[in-house]
Amino acid sequence: MKSLEELKALRDKLQGEVSLRGDGDDKTKVLVGMATCGIAAGARPVLAEFVEQVAARGLKNVTVSQTGCIGICQFEPVVEVFVPGKEKVTYVNMSKEKVARIVADHIVGGSIVSEYTIGSCQS
Amino acid sequence: MQELSLNILDIAENSVRAGAALVRVAVRAFPAEDRLRIAIEDDGKGMDAETAKGAADPFYTTRTTRKVGLGLPYLKMNAELTGGAMEIASSPGSGTSVEATFGLGHIDRAPLGDMGQTMSLLAGANPEMDFVYELCVCADAADSADSGGIAGHADEIGRFVFDTREVKHVLDGVPISEPEVMAYMASHIDENTKELITAYKI
Repeated sequence: MKSLEELKALRDKLQGEVSLRGDGDDKTKVLVGMATCGIAAGARPVLAEFVEQVAARGLKNVTVSQTGCIGICQFEPVVEVFVPGKEKVTYVNMSKEKVARIVADHIVGGSIVSEYTIGSCQS
Repeated sequence: MQELSLNILDIAENSVRAGAALVRVAVRAFPAEDRLRIAIEDDGKGMDAETAKGAADPFYTTRTTRKVGLGLPYLKMNAELTGGAMEIASSPGSGTSVEATFGLGHIDRAPLGDMGQTMSLLAGANPEMDFVYELCVCADAADSADSGGIAGHADEIGRFVFDTREVKHVLDGVPISEPEVMAYMASHIDENTKELITAYKI
């Protein structure tokens, strides 16, 4: 059973790590569309999977958060990845299963998973 | 939506956009009455009477404001499909409360689902806000809960409360948006409510 004691241990571990990090501009940001359209299409497990993977890999310069309706509801769940100094990449028709590859190839490895992007979807 | 926790996430997003500082989510099961009540209360900017009245109508939304959309009509429909109802109480400056009642054992009622994911996501994505989640199985009549609103309830069979203010106190400056903290919150809620949810088929 997860207890507050466990949270304290997690805090002690993170306190050392957080202070070593930059403050935002150098971070990779993952945004998942979480309006009614996104949620209904399955955005929540996608976001949860990004959180799990980033936590499990201990990635220290990645934030996972949410955004509203991006305006392309037919492509939901939609995920935007912002790597500092690079152009935004929009992944569409996302599923929990696609998350691992985006984390490994794009966020860690630096190469975009083209076949999941909106560009490949429209062609 | 396949889980009520997804409806709850969706409605709570309205509270986020309403500029709320505190959002309370209460899920109360009344097995003796075969009722399930879900209340979402915020201290956001609220709505005037006309907006609140129209909020549950999918064709009301004015394109210029995009205040509500399909979320509330969707919850209302889900509640009514199980013999329940949805009510909105709101006034400008004093927040909004949405309460939906479901038939607990009704075949068309979606399961509560993964509230751990819903709450950890809300808390992590909105670190400046606070969220309280209460799951309660109550022994007595659903109606008597009205007076108490979202506050404590006398005849509880089982109760779990999650409060981000407590979490933040323990975190002592470590951001609640840290992925490892979000993962902790999700499994904390899941593990501590699993038993009640299974026992009472919530």
